[in-house]
Amino acid sequence: MRYNERELLSLARQPAEKAAEVLMRVPKKGSVLKKRLVKLVVNFLFYFRTDEAEPIGALLLEHCRITKEEENVFSISFIEEPERKYCFECDSEEQCQEWIEALKRASYEFMRRSLIFYRNEIQKMTGKDPLEQYGISEEARFQLGTRKQ
Amino acid sequence: MKLNERSVAHYATCNSPADHAGFLRKRVERHHHHAHHHHATSYQRRWFVLKGNLLFYFEERESREPVGLVVLEGCTVELCEAAEEFAFAIRFDDAGARAYVLVADGQAAMEAWVKALSRASFDYMRLVVRELEKQLEEACKSLAACHKSPRRSSSSGRKRHLSNPALLPLQEKPAVLENGYSTWGSGGGVPAGSACPDHDGGHMKPPPLPPRRRSATGSATGSPAPGVSPAMPESPVSPETACFSKLHSWYGQEIVALRREWQERQKRGHP
Repeated sequence: MRYNERELLSLARQPAEKAAEVLMRVPKKGSVLKKRLVKLVVNFLFYFRTDEAEPIGALLLEHCRITKEEENVFSISFIEEPERKYCFECDSEEQCQEWIEALKRASYEFMRRSLIFYRNEIQKMTGKDPLEQYGISEEARFQLGTRKQ
Repeated sequence: MKLNERSVAHYATCNSPADHAGFLRKRVERHHHHAHHHHATSYQRRWFVLKGNLLFYFEERESREPVGLVVLEGCTVELCEAAEEFAFAIRFDDAGARAYVLVADGQAAMEAWVKALSRASFDYMRLVVRELEKQLEEACKSLAACHKSPRRSSSSGRKRHLSNPALLPLQEKPAVLENGYSTWGSGGGVPAGSACPDHDGGHMKPPPLPPRRRSATGSATGSPAPGVSPAMPESPVSPETACFSKLHSWYGQEIVALRREWQERQKRGHP
C-alpha cells in the first residue's frame, strides 16, 4: 500500500500532544525492550531511536486497544490481531496511566463520538444545533445514531 | 519508516462507515512531469474512501485492499487549473511535496469532495469538538444560574425576569419542540456574550484547554475525579462511557425543572 511518507515524516516533526522516552517492544519474535522516544501527534504514535530526528516507525491509532499490562507497562494492539502487542514500559505508574488516557482519546473515531455526544447534549439543552453555524450539520459523519463501530 | 500497514488496511476496509466515497480519476505523477508538457497526462480511475483524516484509494470498488493512502494533515484542497473539468488538488504545505490531482465526475461530486476533504483534518475535528465542549459548559452554567436564581420562583417575578439580563431571551414565547423541550428564544437563554462566539467558518480561536486535558501532559495536580471538570461541580462534560448515564440523568433533572417553570410562566400569561 502506497502512502505519502514524506507528509507523515513532516507530521512527525510537528508539536506533539505528548512525548516521552520509554522502553518499547514490537510484536516480533525475539524482540526485546528498547529505549525509544515516542511521540503522539494527531492519531499517530511515532517512535524514534533516541538520538535520531527521523522516526523508525508510526502506528495509526484507529481501531486499537490500549491495555494496562503489568506495573508501568501498557500495550497497544489492533482489533483484527489482538494478540500482536506493542508494549511500552514507562518510568512510573503515573506516566503509564497518563499515556493510556491520552492514547484512548487519540483516535479520530473517539473525537467523532465526542462531537456527536456534545451536539446532542447542546441540542437537548438549547434546542439549537451547534453545527449549523459551521455548515456541517448535514454531514454523514456527524449524525446521531447512524454509526456502528 | 515503518507503518502498521496491515492494521491501516484493515481500518480502510472494515465496516466502519466512510465519511465520503466515490470514483475519482487520479492524475498519474511521473518523474520530471513538468518537463514533459508535451506528453499527455494520464489519469487512473480509482475508488476513493475517506475515513477521518485518511483518504484511501482502491483499484476497484470491491478490492479487498487499498492501493494507496493519503494522510490528510497539513494540506489544503483547492480547485485547480488542469485541462480537465471538475479537477481539484490536495496540496501539502511542505515545499517540494507533490500534489494529488483528482478529477470528479461532475460539479456536484467535485464540490462534495472538496468540502469533505477540506474538513477532514484531525485538527479541524479537534477545534469543533473543543468549541462544542465550551458551548456545553456554558449552557450548563446558565442552566445552573437559572436554577439557582431566587427570582425565578416568586410569583411577582415577571418584571424581575425582564430585568435580569441572564433571562432576557426567555420573554420570547418559547417554541415547544417535538421532544417536549422548549427553546429559550434566540439567545438560547445563555448570558449575553458567551453564546455563539464570533468567527466565520473555520477561523475561530481554539478555546483554552479544559483542565482534564492538561492532566494528560502531567501538569495538573489535585485533579478531580476523571471526567469531572473542576470549574463546574457535578457537571461532568467528559463523554467517557462511565459518565453517560450520570450525565443524562443530571441534565434530565434540570430540564424537567426548567420546563415546569416555563409552563407555569405561560399559564400566568407571560408573553
